[in-house]
Amino acid sequence: MRKLLPAVGKYTSLIVAVACTLLPLVVIVFVSLKTREEYATTTPLTPPENWLNFENFAIAFTDGDMLRAFTNTFFILLVSVTGTVLVGTMTAYALDRFEFRGKRVVFAAFLFATLVPGVTTQVATFRVVNTLGLFNTPWAAIVLFLGTDIIAIYIFVQFMQSIPKSLDEAAMLDGASKFAIYWRVILPLLKPAIATVVIIKGIAIYNEFYIPFLYMPSRDLGVISTSLFRFTGPFGTQWQVIGAGALIVIIPTLVIFLLLQRFIYSGITQGATK
Amino acid sequence: MTQMTSSTGGALQVAAAGDPTTIRSKRGIAARLTPWIFLAIPLALLITFTFVPVGNMIWYSFTSWNGINPTKPFVGLQNYVDIFTKPQYWQVFAVSLYYFAASFLQMALALYFATLLSFNTRFRNFFKGVLFFPYLLNGVAIGFVFLYFFQPNGTLDATLAAFGLGDQTQFWLGNPDLVNVSLAGTSVWRYTGLNFVLFLGAIQSISSEQYEAAELDGASKWQQFRYIIVPGIKRIISLSFILAIAGSLSVFEIPYIMTGGANGSATFVIETVQQAFVYRKVGLASALAVVLLLIVIVSTIIQRKIVPDEKVDL
Repeated sequence: MRKLLPAVGKYTSLIVAVACTLLPLVVIVFVSLKTREEYATTTPLTPPENWLNFENFAIAFTDGDMLRAFTNTFFILLVSVTGTVLVGTMTAYALDRFEFRGKRVVFAAFLFATLVPGVTTQVATFRVVNTLGLFNTPWAAIVLFLGTDIIAIYIFVQFMQSIPKSLDEAAMLDGASKFAIYWRVILPLLKPAIATVVIIKGIAIYNEFYIPFLYMPSRDLGVISTSLFRFTGPFGTQWQVIGAGALIVIIPTLVIFLLLQRFIYSGITQGATK
Repeated sequence: MTQMTSSTGGALQVAAAGDPTTIRSKRGIAARLTPWIFLAIPLALLITFTFVPVGNMIWYSFTSWNGINPTKPFVGLQNYVDIFTKPQYWQVFAVSLYYFAASFLQMALALYFATLLSFNTRFRNFFKGVLFFPYLLNGVAIGFVFLYFFQPNGTLDATLAAFGLGDQTQFWLGNPDLVNVSLAGTSVWRYTGLNFVLFLGAIQSISSEQYEAAELDGASKWQQFRYIIVPGIKRIISLSFILAIAGSLSVFEIPYIMTGGANGSATFVIETVQQAFVYRKVGLASALAVVLLLIVIVSTIIQRKIVPDEKVDL
């Protein structure tokens, strides 16, 4: 009995927590499968009559321009993530493997940047992006994702410190240039750190709303966040379509999470505690 | 092949050791330039998209610039005086307090569930996955999910009715006294998973020998929590606490998507964006942003002083 009671309390609280977490999502699954009449006549907690009614998903996907949204998102994601890895590893390589005058100043500059939250500076960043002629192009988002990722640099520096310098020296004695060492020795050894950065950066870009919303207002440039945001206008109160749209955005996240769980946990932990 | 290269390496090493001066001078300039070549692009990006905006922002904050005119009239500290004297502006600080309070609830929940799951639990991975999943979701999708949740006759009202509490129904987002509570609640739903996974990771990195020794000494679960778990995760708790300050001031997505800042739910960032891009008061918006930046910098510096970083010496 003394052992049973805490166990009951423990599992009850876990089940309540799971219910609270899943309820808002489950009802969205329900509504997305309902017909217009069904939505009007049933409560949110009523399951749909036909579990295979995917009509709303078709409407959301075509009328909501979701195909273009996914294409735009993945283009930006691919370029930004590749760029972040290159820029981040180059910075980390220069900072960890070289002694040079001005190194402390560069350190301090990157450190200061970690303190500046991106959301605060947009008022002024907007003018810079505008002056560069990048406003309303995907490059606005790409350069901002590239230019402001200090966490990636942290992760790379930390990992690089664990790569023995004797490897660099051995390669140098074989006649490899600094660039060859970076490209052929360091970069391949950084693979685990690169995987971490790709995961956290990928998730962050897929979910980013603020930057595309501010810098890419054109309809043709909609990414998934901004395209989904536009659902409020035309679909107004058609919650069955809005729900389907939200799920179209959520389902890829769920699939990635189920496939890469272990890496996501460790990546997020590393990214957040820096 | 490997054998061969390493032996050539050995030969080179001998040669280098024999004549160090020539090699150093030949490499001199190139060697000094190399790190800068690697740093050129990262530094250009850093300066263009962090330092130039911060500098400009400070400059704009002393002007009444509207964002279009070529002239930027200097107004001194007027914008800052406005922020701290007009209720319309400092009200946004009050809104942050809701999110700040919510982050305590969030940390308490996260700590409770992290502790539970650190002991043997059936379906552990399932529970962990479910609690964490909301953190990964797209903010716009979450906004819509909770608009549906809070709307009249929506999920929350229907659930209350199902439990016989139908008379407790409220305008969750329409009532100015409740809207921030509802939105902060959404924020708890979204972010608890992150705190939970961070706490759980920290608890699990405590060596199991400590628990075993405690068991042998007859320590209760509460004593194990109090004397082993809490000290073991002190660092991550204080880190989360400081992040909560910056986080509650930078809230944007959830309230912007769900209410657009209506009914007194405008947060600091929403107010800044509206001043800058809707009312074209770039000077005032910049001053707001500078204030936020200062708060974040000060709280982060305090955090780094109290809880020094463990290993990064960047």
